[in-house]
Amino acid sequence: MLRLLSFALFLVIWWIAALFVGGAKLPSPPAVLEVMIAEASSGALFLHLGATLARVILAFVLAMSLGSAIGYLMGRVRLADKLGDPWLILLLNLPALVVIVLAYIWAGLTEAAAIAAIAINKLPTAVVTLREGTRALDRSLDEMASVFAMPRWRAFRHVVLPQLAPYIAAAARSGLSLVWKIVLVAELLGRPNGVGFEIGVAFQLFDTPRLLAYSLTFAAVVLVIETLLVQPFEARATRWRPRAA
Amino acid sequence: MRLEVEITGKTFRSAAGETHEVLAPVKFALSSGEVGVLIGPSGCGKSTMLRIILGLDHEFQGRIARPPQARIGMVFQEPRLLPWRSVEQNVRLVAPDVTDAKLSELFRILELQAHRDHFPGELSLGLARRVALARAFAVEPDLLVLDEPLASLDDALAGRLRDELATLVASRPVMTLLVTHSLDDAIRLGDRLFFLSPRPARIVQDVPIAIPRAMRSEADFGRIRAELAALQLESK
Repeated sequence: MLRLLSFALFLVIWWIAALFVGGAKLPSPPAVLEVMIAEASSGALFLHLGATLARVILAFVLAMSLGSAIGYLMGRVRLADKLGDPWLILLLNLPALVVIVLAYIWAGLTEAAAIAAIAINKLPTAVVTLREGTRALDRSLDEMASVFAMPRWRAFRHVVLPQLAPYIAAAARSGLSLVWKIVLVAELLGRPNGVGFEIGVAFQLFDTPRLLAYSLTFAAVVLVIETLLVQPFEARATRWRPRAA
Repeated sequence: MRLEVEITGKTFRSAAGETHEVLAPVKFALSSGEVGVLIGPSGCGKSTMLRIILGLDHEFQGRIARPPQARIGMVFQEPRLLPWRSVEQNVRLVAPDVTDAKLSELFRILELQAHRDHFPGELSLGLARRVALARAFAVEPDLLVLDEPLASLDDALAGRLRDELATLVASRPVMTLLVTHSLDDAIRLGDRLFFLSPRPARIVQDVPIAIPRAMRSEADFGRIRAELAALQLESK
């Protein structure tokens, strides 16, 4: 209820501001809605949203699986940590824009370059979180598994993975919000479709209603995915935690 | 099956760079069906010795001979259960071959039937200890290692658990190594008592108890205790 009220307040402020500033720079909510409906009925809105979502999913899965594996390795093996740490610091501090531009220069304006660039931006945070999680693993439980000669996979699944689950959930959550932001930049710079591309077009034409229509739809999709997918998963992964103490 | 322990020394380097001797030369052997008891003051290096015997610590001088195929059942000082798995899953995960009948029998002896589906966080320490015992016995071990399994329990519960332990140990031929600082536990459960010195630990007395475990009476316990007291005096 409070959330709805807060959303309504946002609309009211927007509307009042639109009345003062005037149509071209800040269109009113109905004007934006009109563009949204037009774009949706022509199918363009769904095409671009779909392209963006597909990129987000691919880059996210790639970065999460690779990042988790590297983070686990660095948390477990001291040598891997020493070798990987400088790379990690470099990647963490490399601006997203640099990665995207270099990827397009080296691999051409291709889909693979875009997805790789987005994944590389997200990768180091996943590595850092999982490395932290691996370092926090309970050694006494490892010893238990080793004394009872638990097979490796079973020990990993039942002893290690439940301890890592909260870290994986945290990495997924922060990673997803990062990917949402970067995907638009990558699309703006080098893809012929997607929400980022449309925003770029709208920017060149100074077409504010179109710009707002696309970015607000995109924000709504992000919000829905966060509430329906990410938050429930996070709650599930951390469910056992209060009991562990 | 036979466990032979021949440690010639174990040192440990502290953060300050000093070298500490944890274990002096220690040598003993256990055969199937025998219960060896390690008794010594706190901090004398008993747990270090166990870690070496279990293969968790490889940095020592000497040699441990145990059959490579020997299954190990271990009860750690703290229960070390998986908090995110139920009691039954905790047991089944280390003993996938355990039959339903055998598991029910174990849970009955240890009075755990009502707690099968509980999570370790919902159990008292005494119950968690019993789950750890059930887990160690469920693997049908050839070598059973018990690291102060009855410590910090109240006397009545410790007494009951000790009886359950005696029943379980007697139920199959297994090499058992019990670490305790309770002389009472030692003479009720053990066949051979190894008295350890303060750090660095070495065996000061190796006392076999001739009467089979099941046939010892309260009178025997008193007598053995008196004999041990005399030995302890001699050794000082």
